[in-house]
Amino acid sequence: MLLEVKSLCTEFPVKRGVVRAVDDVSFEVSEGEILAIVGESGSGKSVTSLSIMGLLAEPGHVAGGEMTFDGKDLVHLSEKEYREMRGNDMAMIFQEPMTSLNPVYRIGDQIVEAIRTHEKVSKKEALTRAIDLLRKVGIPSPEARVRDYPHQMSGGMRQRVMIAMALACNPKLLIADEPTTALDVTIQAQILDLLRRLREDTDMAVLLITHDLGVVSEIADRVVVMYCGQVVEEAEVRLLFDNPMHPYTLGLLKSIPRLEDDDSKRLYMIKGMVPNPLEMPPGCHFSDRCDSCMQVCRERMPELVQVGDHKVRCFLYEEQDGHAKDAAEVKANEEKAREAIEAAREVSTAEALIEGDVAREAEEGGADER
Amino acid sequence: MSDNGNIASPELRNDDVLLDVQHLTKLFAAETNFFGKATSYVHAVDDVSFQIKRGEAFGLVGESGCGKTTVGKMLVNLLRPTSGKIIFDGKDLTAMKDSERKSYCKDIQLIFQDPYASLNPRMRIGDIIAEPMIANNIVPKDKVEARVNELLECVGLANYMRNRYPHEFSGGQRQRVGIARALAVNPKLIVCDEPVSALDVSIQAQVLNLLDDLKEEFGLTYLFIAHGLNVVKHVSDRVGVMYLGRIMEIAPKRSLYADPLSPYTQALLSAIPAVDSKSKRERIILQGDVPSPIDPPPGCRFAGRCFKRLGVCGNSVPELREVKENHRCACHLYDPELPPTEEMTRAAR
Repeated sequence: MLLEVKSLCTEFPVKRGVVRAVDDVSFEVSEGEILAIVGESGSGKSVTSLSIMGLLAEPGHVAGGEMTFDGKDLVHLSEKEYREMRGNDMAMIFQEPMTSLNPVYRIGDQIVEAIRTHEKVSKKEALTRAIDLLRKVGIPSPEARVRDYPHQMSGGMRQRVMIAMALACNPKLLIADEPTTALDVTIQAQILDLLRRLREDTDMAVLLITHDLGVVSEIADRVVVMYCGQVVEEAEVRLLFDNPMHPYTLGLLKSIPRLEDDDSKRLYMIKGMVPNPLEMPPGCHFSDRCDSCMQVCRERMPELVQVGDHKVRCFLYEEQDGHAKDAAEVKANEEKAREAIEAAREVSTAEALIEGDVAREAEEGGADER
Repeated sequence: MSDNGNIASPELRNDDVLLDVQHLTKLFAAETNFFGKATSYVHAVDDVSFQIKRGEAFGLVGESGCGKTTVGKMLVNLLRPTSGKIIFDGKDLTAMKDSERKSYCKDIQLIFQDPYASLNPRMRIGDIIAEPMIANNIVPKDKVEARVNELLECVGLANYMRNRYPHEFSGGQRQRVGIARALAVNPKLIVCDEPVSALDVSIQAQVLNLLDDLKEEFGLTYLFIAHGLNVVKHVSDRVGVMYLGRIMEIAPKRSLYADPLSPYTQALLSAIPAVDSKSKRERIILQGDVPSPIDPPPGCRFAGRCFKRLGVCGNSVPELREVKENHRCACHLYDPELPPTEEMTRAAR
């Protein structure tokens, strides 16, 4: 196993309490695998990646759990050891390539810097390698472009430069935080194609952080779905898309407008919105928005249990004792969840929205009194 | 400049047309000389023509920099066209004096992309929604409050939220406030400029459904601007595809998605990541980036990246012509004066 994350908790103390942005998250990435973490804003997916990279901004800190990378314990690593590892064994690319490149240095110099920080090579040698890297990520006439400044390049080109820089020291793990979100669709297709090719050539593992299920389905091997800081479902990519189990995953998939859809039908929508992290509903975090919500969901938090080839956190599939239900019941409940979603499609939008808002207000009002 | 698409399809040539955009062009000065006179121009919108029928939702799609937002801004009078006509409800808006034009402003409203930047943070949302009504004298002063409540309900917000400030709302709720504000003056046409691209997936569906419902309830007409063909498919009846300031293809939704004619539309469609394993499509990966719109080269704008490029594409601009019924496309592959291509025979079938 290349990267192992076990019950990771990351907390941010704020004025009104402590926000647990990542809550008991566990997953593994093996060599050469592309693991995608999917979630909406506020789901804790970016904080998870920053925790792994040791880049959390104060006052955020890892409050518990274990992280092992290539046999090394990451939680107790000193800042110096972290610096040696970042950019060398694991590298990261970010959403906005313009803000992550230094605007006053030529891109060649920035790549050379990355190489020379970790390896003892001459400037000239490093520059040759930089040009090779740029060629590898598909930048035309790299000998000339190596002297460009970031502003002379387009968004897609800049993202390629970021990828070249990340690849400079042949990392074992690349963390890509929304690498295509800021790009146009045709450019996004180019970058995804590039990542796919690089994986084939280098056997580098990729941890892909994204909110876009389309991107996930294109490129990932395995998927972790996060909601409000927790893992709600984990499965192989095809299994997850063909047979989503958690009502949240199901809802997310249903709410994407697709080309194949019959457009006379209304889009399914998940009612309400992500709860305030300081005022989480007492039971399952998704209970307020779930169409299959039961009494028990409002009382207790379900465990992440293994059901067939999925891991899923939902009482539809979990017995009271933390074990999975038997196969027949699981099947029946999956069906039930699908029907609930189809039924919810028909409700008028404005009514559903008001209901969702009011439910949330009531929740918050209750929390204030406490 | 070629005569580009003035030929309306026959079914559109009647009173049903609410908006008729003819040869709309907008140039921005890119560089100026010592005397402040422009020496080169950004061709943001170049000879764009389309029509929108009453009660129709027209989708305008293209990548960043293709001029789709500029078109929207010219419609709501935030920008002045360099040339061309905007005929709204039978009146030519571009020929009007400012004072006269102003009275038509309320009929065309805009919903902005970024719900965080388009609401005044110092105003309560009740006041934000009331302001356009008061400014345009739509309802008597004493009825404003009741109307605000009504509008809030329409967009799925509870009345008691009217006294709150924008920062107390989530992105989706703010976008709903923006929609209520646009509805406040009973517009005939609403220009939705990427209304969901700043929102989370689960919230996008809420806003798209809401826009759909409102269209039916109030008989609205939409110009729906977006960068992705999948979002537009759900809300539009007809779709126009833009590239670098020009319209590449216009067709009814069904025809466009089932049989995209322009190579650019084909690439755009294939670039949408497929969510289902069942619907894996052949992927077309375009080479290179969108070229600079400053003094673009002659010929088809897409020629540099096109995978079906002909010799003629670099020299002459293809006309937007009707290839199939109501399905118009600007591409030399379908030029009757050139030797017939594979695509042309396929389209003819």
